[in-house]
Amino acid sequence: MEFYNTHILTVVLFTPLVGALLLLFVPRDSENAHRVIGNLFAFLGFIVSLPLIWRFSLSPTADRYQFMENHDWIPSIGAHYSLGIDGISLCLVILTTLLGMISILSSWSAIKLRRKEYYILFLLLQVGMLGVFMALDFFLFYMFWEVMLVPMYFLIGVWGSDRRLYAAIKFFLYTLVGSVIMLLGILALYFKAGGGTFDIPTLLATAASFDTKTQVLLFWAFFFAFAIKVPMFPFHTWLPDAHTEAPTAGSVILAGVLLKMGTYGFIRFSLPLLPQDPAARHKIVTIMLVVSIIGILYGALVCMMQKDMKKLIAYSSVSHLGFCTLGIFALTPHGLSGSVIQQLNHGLSTGALFLLIGVLYERRHTRLISEFGGLSTPMPNFAAIYMIATLSSLGLPLLNGFIGEFTILRGTYEVSIKYTAWASIGIILGAAYLLWLYQRVMFGPVTNPANEHLEDLNAREYATLIPLIILCFWIGIYPKPLFRVLERPVQQIVEQVNPGYYGAERAVAPAVNGAAAPAELPAAAATPGMGAMPGMGTPDNAGSPNGTMQMPGNSGEASAPSTEGKRP
Amino acid sequence: MMPTEYFLAHIWLIPLFPLAGAALMLFIGRRLPNAGVNVICVGSVFLSMCFAFGAIWQLIARPVEERVVSYVLFDWVPAGIMHTNAGRVMDFHVPWGVLMDPLTAVMLLVVTGVGFLIHVYSTGYMSHEGGYYRFFGYLNLFMFSMLTLILANNLLLLFVGWEGVGLCSYLLIGFYFLKKSASDAGKKAFIVNRIGDAGFLLGLFLMLGTLGTIQFTEIGPAIAAGHFSMGDATLTAIALLLFVGATGKSAQLPLYVWLPDAMEGPTPVSALIHAATMVTAGVYMIARTNAVFSMAPKALGVIAVVGCVTSLFAATMGLVQTDIKRVLAYSTVSQLGYMFLACGVGAFTAGVFHLMTHAFFKACLFLGSGSVIHSLSGEQDMRKMGGLWGKIPTTAKTFVVASIAIAGIPPLAGFFSKDSILGHAFEYSPILWLVGFITAGMTAFYMFRLVNMTFFGTSRVDHEVEHHIHESPGSMTVPLMILAMLSIVGGWIGVPESLGGSDRFAKFLEPVMAKHAEEAAEAAGAAHAASGGSMEYLLMLLSVAIGAGGIWLAYRWYIQRPEVPEKIAAASPFLYKLLYNKYYVDQIYDAMFVNRIKDLALTLGSFDVGVINGLGVDGSGWLTRVTSRISMIWDSWIVDGLVNLAARIVWVLSFPVRMLQTGRVSRYAVFMLLGVLIFLGYYFRNSGIDFGKLIH
Repeated sequence: MEFYNTHILTVVLFTPLVGALLLLFVPRDSENAHRVIGNLFAFLGFIVSLPLIWRFSLSPTADRYQFMENHDWIPSIGAHYSLGIDGISLCLVILTTLLGMISILSSWSAIKLRRKEYYILFLLLQVGMLGVFMALDFFLFYMFWEVMLVPMYFLIGVWGSDRRLYAAIKFFLYTLVGSVIMLLGILALYFKAGGGTFDIPTLLATAASFDTKTQVLLFWAFFFAFAIKVPMFPFHTWLPDAHTEAPTAGSVILAGVLLKMGTYGFIRFSLPLLPQDPAARHKIVTIMLVVSIIGILYGALVCMMQKDMKKLIAYSSVSHLGFCTLGIFALTPHGLSGSVIQQLNHGLSTGALFLLIGVLYERRHTRLISEFGGLSTPMPNFAAIYMIATLSSLGLPLLNGFIGEFTILRGTYEVSIKYTAWASIGIILGAAYLLWLYQRVMFGPVTNPANEHLEDLNAREYATLIPLIILCFWIGIYPKPLFRVLERPVQQIVEQVNPGYYGAERAVAPAVNGAAAPAELPAAAATPGMGAMPGMGTPDNAGSPNGTMQMPGNSGEASAPSTEGKRP
Repeated sequence: MMPTEYFLAHIWLIPLFPLAGAALMLFIGRRLPNAGVNVICVGSVFLSMCFAFGAIWQLIARPVEERVVSYVLFDWVPAGIMHTNAGRVMDFHVPWGVLMDPLTAVMLLVVTGVGFLIHVYSTGYMSHEGGYYRFFGYLNLFMFSMLTLILANNLLLLFVGWEGVGLCSYLLIGFYFLKKSASDAGKKAFIVNRIGDAGFLLGLFLMLGTLGTIQFTEIGPAIAAGHFSMGDATLTAIALLLFVGATGKSAQLPLYVWLPDAMEGPTPVSALIHAATMVTAGVYMIARTNAVFSMAPKALGVIAVVGCVTSLFAATMGLVQTDIKRVLAYSTVSQLGYMFLACGVGAFTAGVFHLMTHAFFKACLFLGSGSVIHSLSGEQDMRKMGGLWGKIPTTAKTFVVASIAIAGIPPLAGFFSKDSILGHAFEYSPILWLVGFITAGMTAFYMFRLVNMTFFGTSRVDHEVEHHIHESPGSMTVPLMILAMLSIVGGWIGVPESLGGSDRFAKFLEPVMAKHAEEAAEAAGAAHAASGGSMEYLLMLLSVAIGAGGIWLAYRWYIQRPEVPEKIAAASPFLYKLLYNKYYVDQIYDAMFVNRIKDLALTLGSFDVGVINGLGVDGSGWLTRVTSRISMIWDSWIVDGLVNLAARIVWVLSFPVRMLQTGRVSRYAVFMLLGVLIFLGYYFRNSGIDFGKLIH
């Protein structure tokens, strides 16, 4: 217990590894033992991660990274075994342990071949992912980042469906390309900073003093690894193949956790590496926002015409993750916290959708939409849960997706209402493709005799789905705890990338454009939805009746483009 | 708050009863008998109604200036620090808060009252249908959403209800999910609504950014404190974006297309959702945020014109429809147009008034049509009806009452509300009035065309069906009678002063409406002076006359000379076809938007597979393989080749030497001999010995 108290992250990180090692010693022929032990350790991994939630301190005086552990590892190059989490990584760690447990449980009867290897690899994958979210040392981080590739490669390549080899190799090589460029970035950062330490916070802080050109180069060096992982348009094509060919549990983990490593990387590394020079930063941020929006719309449109259910959901991930990156690069607190919440949401609702498709696949061994139809007659409970997952994915209020999308769009609005407007088209398209899919699979008479007597959900399938559904409702109805956990890390990041945001009006010289603002107003506002927000400012009221306001502004300070918080 | 005001303190419970009902249906509904479902689902709405009525009672008991109750249950979305457009830093929280004021009270009355009656009616109507529990579960979920919508104290929470009712509408339109047309219609409703919702959200963001609040009670003061000028461009943009949301939900041009298709749902659903409550949410939302709208005369002008054109447009389509429910659907679109016309001319109160009376008579009409359909074993085509007056008397009588009410004949409810709208419209612009006036005539005509085709004249009912004609059970007729009664008396609380009333309805709502509203109406209404005195009576008289004229024409054409309509249709086939096919709007939308998006999706899909993946990813894979092949060739031919070349050169050069070193002793001996001979010859030659001499 004492060890647990002081090394809680290590325990969480290596519990799955213990399971994997243990499985090595279980003889191959006792196959039931493999899945029992696999499930046991996945469950244990989840249980030991739970205390993180209530032990995590929300106090403003607490350290930025908590549950820190730091030991020398390779002293000659300055690599440390250094772990620690903030609010953002906390969310992702819990998501990982939860989805890991659920997807392992979902493999119970789906995996019949080479069970021993399957569970060992799955547990190893779990270690890799957790390590990525916990590592505070670039060397350690990179190691976990690469370690996680191998088990996923085998999971797709061995237990996947028909085109599994193509998908697995594509996944591996594509991700590796990005990783290698990132490695160059890490090394550049390491040597440029003088060598001697791989400590992430230290290196990122040092990077702030580099010249603009180096900062820009560093940003792009890291960009590819994360953009491929997310995946951002146009680096997304490994995803539909990997998702489609992977076994159900693999798809759940891919969508639920693996993609989040990309967005996590953006938040943890790319944002602090943004160049300090406003012009260079603005250029990069604009590119990122535009590419995110292209991803949202492109993914949604490509979804519409898919014939394979899994492929459809895979492309919908491109669209949803577009929202996440959009929120990140809005550089506003709402965008950022919305993005993290949306990352969790995507893990929950897309995870649930993949599980549901897996349920069908196990029964019918096909994922073609045209093979189904009218399933709500033989499988009413399945249809009900599928409906909830669909609604959560398309962002219905009181379910999780809405909270994330709303907050992201709110945060993006501060950049420009144009971005918000374009992104909200994605919400319309989202409803279209998800409901159309639902209609084709669930409604109408049962036309295919093979579907007439499909078995409804069994107890184990309920056990995998119900926790996700409950969480979907919880985030939709009472997201306050999440916002509280995210408040501080988000503030720290925003203050770094958007200096002065939290005290903007103090940074503004009084009456900067007290005369200019009203003159500018009609022109900017005459094109609603087109003008960038700062220009649209109307004379703001001092002493507004809004009780929640923290600091009343003065009307003369309206729409000061010189504010750091606003990009011109 | 005084402890005696129990209901006002517990208004937050009102939506929760139906929510509990819906949740129970989800978990245990399938195992319950119909009676059990009735107890839970109808009972929950009954409880809501009791609490709502109690709260309304206690609100009215308060002095006028204290008729606002607002409190927060919990912090729902504490999103944190944000900037307003002006760059002010503020903390953005969205509370789960309820608001009860006179406007909410009116909506509560309509939603719980009509909702309860329709629940009762449904126990009869749906009793033979499969999925009974599912139907009532959805219906209860709808009540929860609708009540959340009207009780919300901020725009985002209203949006929760707004989307919730949209979901229930989707589920209930597609209730008969085995029919493709039904699930198509549900999907269409949801997606079209989502288009409006995008506008709504953008309006919300813009409002939050501009005013720094989305709390209803704070919008007015924020505008006042912000010193906005009348017609401020940002406020106009907010108003227009919110109106986009309203056109989706309340089926106005150009987003009305989902509502006629929504008739695929069971008839009580059409009555509750697509006539009385949900579709009026847009009107409610505009009335709720009237402080913004009344500062934006241009936006109001747009609303007035859209409402007016929609009302006429829908009425013309209603003239020729033969499906009884579709006539009513177009009528609903048209009447909603009236409500928006009212809002557009700044008469928010008149709009809400018509919302209420319309809920009564249109619910009665829909439920009546349901009763007709029920008695005819599911027949909806009016060409196969007729002469039902004596066979289903209660249905017929209540239906006629409601039809008179919608036709605007005094002293029934529709007269007062429609007259109020037309009066205000006239003040604003006589052209709008004229369009509304013509629409009123059409309304009377198509409603009595429907009445005549259904209840009077000769029976055209199929033989088999005719034997089964029966009046509906009490669970269905009693709600009809109550609603018919409300269609008569419902308008009496809004009798204008010119007719000796005191317009208590307008006075009741007055505190909610911004002071600007009247000013805006006055500023815009050039003919304001005309409203008083004789002009007002003249307008009333005219509108009664055109209503009566419409009724008379319908009687003349559908009872006395039934051949006339056919002749007219034959005389102008183009116009008839245009109307009958609903101006081909669905086809146009399909061609312009739906199919284009599908094409785009297909193109992008191939682009993704072909270009991004094929050319980009697989292409670079191919390129890598080609390069590796080339380097293999390079390696084996050039790099390795050079090495080999060196070897070959050595090999070639070494040929002569190699010939010597064969390892064969005999050859060595020959070479030795040859060598010896050569050496000897050389020796002899140089030694000067003359061989010739030697031989000789």
